[in-house]
Amino acid sequence: MSALQPPMALLAELTHRCPLQCPYCSNPLDLARAGKELGTQEWLRVLGEAADLGCMQVHFSGGEPAVRRDLELFVEGAAKAGLYTNLITSGVLLDGPRIARLADAGLEHVQLSFQDSGADGANRIAGFTGHAKKLEVAAQIRGAGLPLTANFVVHRQNLSHLESMIDLAVAIGAHRTEIAHVQYYGWALRNRGALIPTRAQLEHSTSVVEAARARLKGAMLIDYVVPDYYAQRPKACMGGWGRRFLNVTPSGKVLPCHAAESIAGLSFENVRDRPLAEIWNSSEAFNIFRGVNWMPEPCRSCERAEIDWGGCRCQAFAVTGDAARTDPACALSSDHADLVDIAITESAAAAEEFVYRRYSALEPAG
Amino acid sequence: MNERAIANASSRPRLAAHRRLRFDKIRESWTIQAPERAFLLDESAHAIVLRCNGETTIAAIVDDLCKAFAGAPRDVVATDVLKLVQDFLDGGVMTQ
Repeated sequence: MSALQPPMALLAELTHRCPLQCPYCSNPLDLARAGKELGTQEWLRVLGEAADLGCMQVHFSGGEPAVRRDLELFVEGAAKAGLYTNLITSGVLLDGPRIARLADAGLEHVQLSFQDSGADGANRIAGFTGHAKKLEVAAQIRGAGLPLTANFVVHRQNLSHLESMIDLAVAIGAHRTEIAHVQYYGWALRNRGALIPTRAQLEHSTSVVEAARARLKGAMLIDYVVPDYYAQRPKACMGGWGRRFLNVTPSGKVLPCHAAESIAGLSFENVRDRPLAEIWNSSEAFNIFRGVNWMPEPCRSCERAEIDWGGCRCQAFAVTGDAARTDPACALSSDHADLVDIAITESAAAAEEFVYRRYSALEPAG
Repeated sequence: MNERAIANASSRPRLAAHRRLRFDKIRESWTIQAPERAFLLDESAHAIVLRCNGETTIAAIVDDLCKAFAGAPRDVVATDVLKLVQDFLDGGVMTQ
């Protein structure tokens, strides 16, 4: 096994607070309240530790990171530490002056989310009337000279608008578009029946993306994340567990990926208790699925072991209840047929109602 | 909408706005940091990127590299430079 490499990037989830209520949110069901969040000085220390550890980039995310009034300080601190800064935002709390302050502080790039191509669908999916505001904010971001990525999370209830989404990205001057099929953990798993596409929808969306990539080559990059319920081989989730990325949650827990808390039984160390480098190098939660030695067969002897790194541990847990099993997205997994059955059955049932992402949505009554 | 830019001998490429050429002390490598992308540059890629300043043509960059790396065949250097610049133009990392 090769020596442990430093992480490429830090995903800094500054808060779980967000005006939007997207039913596929990647945050955990158990959202952290404001009182649990790391303070300004704690985050500034974490950013410095991440740069020292070898992170080259920081992605400020949430929740909605602009909820934090000290976001400008984090951008400035990260830039001074030598990190390339990226803001992943819904945009609805931004305006021209704040974008200018963030750019002055050293912000290099903004990824702006859209829930659909048109206001009616987008506002229903987000559980918030924000689509028109996002269009204004996109213009303000471009006006500040910042590169812009348009992010579209796609699923059964908006996939028929995929061409319009790509047209929207071009119209707002995005240099890059991310078309990401929902990944089913946490809130998205809770809403899987309302979100999962049919196989025909998936195949159509892939052909739309391929045609757009050819048409827009050199003008706009399109990154495409497929749902692997219909795949033959799993995705190389996070480029391998504990291999390229680390994620710090609003309350300071350090995770190998943003969904890792969905795996019951794993415990995660906190930046309040231990330096980031020690956690990256030696915490049990990072080492448990690192490399290839943890793998069961057929993964361990598979020629793709160091290509897909065993796929996704959160998905293995979500579908089989055992995070150490072969990712059921792989056709070689004994659980794969069950996964395909789930996708076909739930997409055909065509449920439409969402359980919106809320602090109170899942709290027991009384 | 922007048309695809095609690199040729008279192009004057440079890094696009907010794309940063940086030395990474931990990896001991030159890198380009770009939106949600990071590129580690080997010695020859770094030599090319360093000369892409928006003023020097690709033809002049190739001439300069042939001087700096004595013995490198000009047609091989020219092919390498055009390929790297075209890939970075297509990836939004460079402009010209």
